[in-house]
Amino acid sequence: MANVTDIVLLSVILINFYILGSSRLVACIKVAAAQGALLALLSLTMNGLTWHAMVLATEALLFKGICIPWLLRRTIREMRIHRELDPIIGYVPTQFLGALLTSCAFLFADHLPLSTTQHGVLFIPSALSTMFTGCLLLTTRRKAITQVVGYLVLENGIFIFGVLLSQAMPFMVEAGVLLDLLVGVFVMGIVMKQIGREFSSLNTRQLSALKE
Amino acid sequence: MDTTARVLVHLFLLLAFAPLLQGVIVKTKAFFAGRLGAPLLQPYYDLAKLWRKGCVFSRATSWIFHAGPVAGLAIPPLACLLLPFGRLPAPISFEGDMILFLYLFGLSRFLVVAAALDTGSSFEGMGGAREVTFSCLTEPTVLFCLLVLARLGGEPSLGALLGAHLPSLWHSSAGFSLALSMVCLFVVLLAENSRIPFDDPTTHLELTMIHEVMVLDHGGPELGMILYGAAMKLMVLGALLLDVAPLPPTGQPALDALVFLAGMVALAVLVGIVESTLARLRLTRVPQVLIGASLLSIFALVLVLR
Repeated sequence: MANVTDIVLLSVILINFYILGSSRLVACIKVAAAQGALLALLSLTMNGLTWHAMVLATEALLFKGICIPWLLRRTIREMRIHRELDPIIGYVPTQFLGALLTSCAFLFADHLPLSTTQHGVLFIPSALSTMFTGCLLLTTRRKAITQVVGYLVLENGIFIFGVLLSQAMPFMVEAGVLLDLLVGVFVMGIVMKQIGREFSSLNTRQLSALKE
Repeated sequence: MDTTARVLVHLFLLLAFAPLLQGVIVKTKAFFAGRLGAPLLQPYYDLAKLWRKGCVFSRATSWIFHAGPVAGLAIPPLACLLLPFGRLPAPISFEGDMILFLYLFGLSRFLVVAAALDTGSSFEGMGGAREVTFSCLTEPTVLFCLLVLARLGGEPSLGALLGAHLPSLWHSSAGFSLALSMVCLFVVLLAENSRIPFDDPTTHLELTMIHEVMVLDHGGPELGMILYGAAMKLMVLGALLLDVAPLPPTGQPALDALVFLAGMVALAVLVGIVESTLARLRLTRVPQVLIGASLLSIFALVLVLR
């Protein structure tokens, strides 16, 4: 058990595997929230307790760990779906692909021309594998909510890359957290589609008209 | 200690304490359910009772029907001689003995399934098909965990892989892979010994049984042989799992044996906790979970290979 950063990064990869294999939507969202909270911890362990790192950690925890999962859970409750249908290629091939892509990420990262610091050894593979997992979720799942969770995971992977850069380019990572806003847009889109289907119109004026 | 003494100590530990682990699991489950449960030594009394009973054999069966229980009883003691018990070294050790270890259990499984098919009943055939499928999926997991250990040093023999260099490896960067291997081996333990979440050992509905339905037709001493063999298999596979854990090597063999037994009781309590808190998986989910465990062990291997 070398250091806390390595354990955090490996836990992020384990969470990826869990999300790939799970069919329960509430569990997927909770675990993606836990992944966001772990990333908040990562920015603290990587950069120490500087002012900038603490702002970043608070931002990540607030958005990824609390706000977005709350929004998603509310959407699930309103739409009353709790189970996922089988992915387009099935659970076992999805898990195989996830493991294959993670191994490829590890192999690929060894061949990149990076400046070797001690922390850089596990960062790139875990960032790449999280991004691959997010893309896999986006492309193989049938329900829109799980695709949004896939986008969240993809974004967590980009955040890990951003933590590496946070000392060099301070406000780049904050701009990356704005990607979370996009998730809010997705969720609003899902809810609007649901409203449109229920009432066959998005015009709120019609809601206040009484039926004859 | 010389080899004969080591063999005797290993066999004594296995034969004397295997039914005790079953008793510990039952007591843990009863504690979670708010009951007192059966006495701790109940499995010993059950074995004594079954030994005194008579047997009735169907005329449709042949010698294969008797071979199943005999294999189930004889093979775990053979396999335990290849395995170190905690920090007690293995009595018999040669290069490649881990393959023999795995396939001894394969042999016993084959003979048990053949005995089940020999009865000609459809329920036993169904149980046999399920058991073989799940065992196919657990073998890669064990092999990959052994590969992780082999990569971390030592010649390919169980005694060398699970030797005294393990506690220092836990503190290095390979500690995470070893922890993952332990989790995968725990999943294999639950699957091979027909525990929840893969199989319910206390179910009485034949359609939901996997392992119990194969032994439905045995009675009397042969049933006793099967129960004893199952308890010994749990202890041997648990010893494999416990050997990966960072147990501190004390100097004396007696203390090592005590530490090993304490670890086995803790493992039995853990199995009891898992049985009390989880529900049994849907039958279509079991292969998915087993393949997930295999992929986890492959990931542990990838981490060590870099």
